[in-house]
Amino acid sequence: MTAVQTPQKALPEPLAIHRRKTRLSWMFAGLLVLIAMFAAVSVFGNENFGWPVVAQYFFNIQILEGLGRTVLLTAVAMSIGIILGVVLAVMRLSDNVVLQSVSWLYTWFFRSIPQLVQLIFWFNFAALYRSIVVGIPFGPELFAWNTNDIITPWSAAILGFGLSQAAYTGEVMRAGINSVSDGQRRAAKAQGMTPMLSFFRIIFPQAMRVIIPPVGNELISMVKNTALVSTIALADLLYSAQLIYSRNFETIPLLIVATLWYLVIVSLLSIGQHYIEKHYNRG
Amino acid sequence: MDDVGSSRNAHAPLVDISRVSKSFGSNEVLKDVSLQVEKGQVVCIIGPSGSGKSTLLNCVNHLEPIDSGSIKTAGQYIGYRREKDGLHKLSEYAAAKQRRAVGMVFQQFNLFPHMTVRENVTFSQTHVLKRSRTEATTIAGDLLARVGLGEKGDAYPSSLSGGQQQRVAIARALALDPQVMLFDEPTSALDPELVDDVLVVMKKLAASGMTMLVVTHELGFAREVADVVVFMADGKIVETGDPTSVLENPVEARTRQFISRIH
Repeated sequence: MTAVQTPQKALPEPLAIHRRKTRLSWMFAGLLVLIAMFAAVSVFGNENFGWPVVAQYFFNIQILEGLGRTVLLTAVAMSIGIILGVVLAVMRLSDNVVLQSVSWLYTWFFRSIPQLVQLIFWFNFAALYRSIVVGIPFGPELFAWNTNDIITPWSAAILGFGLSQAAYTGEVMRAGINSVSDGQRRAAKAQGMTPMLSFFRIIFPQAMRVIIPPVGNELISMVKNTALVSTIALADLLYSAQLIYSRNFETIPLLIVATLWYLVIVSLLSIGQHYIEKHYNRG
Repeated sequence: MDDVGSSRNAHAPLVDISRVSKSFGSNEVLKDVSLQVEKGQVVCIIGPSGSGKSTLLNCVNHLEPIDSGSIKTAGQYIGYRREKDGLHKLSEYAAAKQRRAVGMVFQQFNLFPHMTVRENVTFSQTHVLKRSRTEATTIAGDLLARVGLGEKGDAYPSSLSGGQQQRVAIARALALDPQVMLFDEPTSALDPELVDDVLVVMKKLAASGMTMLVVTHELGFAREVADVVVFMADGKIVETGDPTSVLENPVEARTRQFISRIH
């Protein structure tokens, strides 16, 4: 064994590394700040925006009730969308051809119809079926309801948004579940876990890393899509604002009130999404 | 031959593979394979890739179903119910219960990445065996110390080296008190300098009397630890015997060819 030879001649000094000069991007950033300042001055200086009216109606009880309905409708419809989405994904990934096909057909059907059409369709369900009956086929009736009693703007909106959301969420869930390696399934099995335990504690938590960002997107979309319920006279955030400006003609200020509240909801949801992502990305 | 009920027969092998065949589509991967592992034995299966050795191992705990024949592990046909006309497939729930008697270690470790090392070792104890959390944690601590990772309980698998991950996987499998341990090429995915750490743990396990069925390319390990070495090729068992006879003086030309190539 010979020792490593030390070089006889001294090596030259190491070269210095200089940062890239970024004068142009600083100039560009400065320009953007300038434009933003001009925009702010013009928006807040323009009387037509009616900022005093905005302030007056921001905590108006009718607006707050509408805000509550928007949040509640989004929460209920999204919950249905997520739970039914998981069911659709599991059906699609099962070995059973019938379940696979039903899931595929459902997704195809509900993704194909415009949200607005579904909403109006559910609202007018009584035109198709006067009553809804639960019973044994070709046997006795167990329960029966008049369709008009069941289908309110609320139930129509929940059905319309929940059922179509499930079609989208189901596809996201399927991609997420597929992203977990088969080795995880086999390891869970080898550890004596039942299929249920393996799915909910091993596979699904790992799938969540892939599922959360697109579902967060879908949720934020739904907050705004729920504004469509004004067509079936459900007084959500936007429709409440519309009801007020139809009386006092302060159209722009009330639309700004609604806009600001949408900004607040979406901001809170984005913060929530950040923490949920952090939770599932551990490890 | 008494096939019904648990085997109280002292001479019954712990793993009894009898005339097993299996195909993936038109590809016949196991052709009438029979092999017995006695309690306390270490059996190493060697052979070229594609010889069916990993598939055979996966059949022992029913991660893969078989097409014909039978495998009786720790007294039960895992995944099947014995009836007069043959074996009938059980539900996945019933198979899950039977699998507890068998521990398995994979080539790719397959630790659960969203759980800490300790959670990996306690999860099935609390959720499958329904042990208390305190008991499971104590057992996990002992097992992790045994594989030389007593300090790593709070770490996540992604922060460990491959050799450490594989040792956690061994602890995880042992946590369920298995009667048999299956090893599917446990060192093949490891950097060369990490192989020995895992082999040392496996040797200690063998010395403690654990029944082990090991698919491996480590002929040195087989020579030192195995009671029986099985050489497989093309879905068949070509040669079986003690390590010296199979590894030093193989009878079959196919075995000789494989061993000379791997040296």
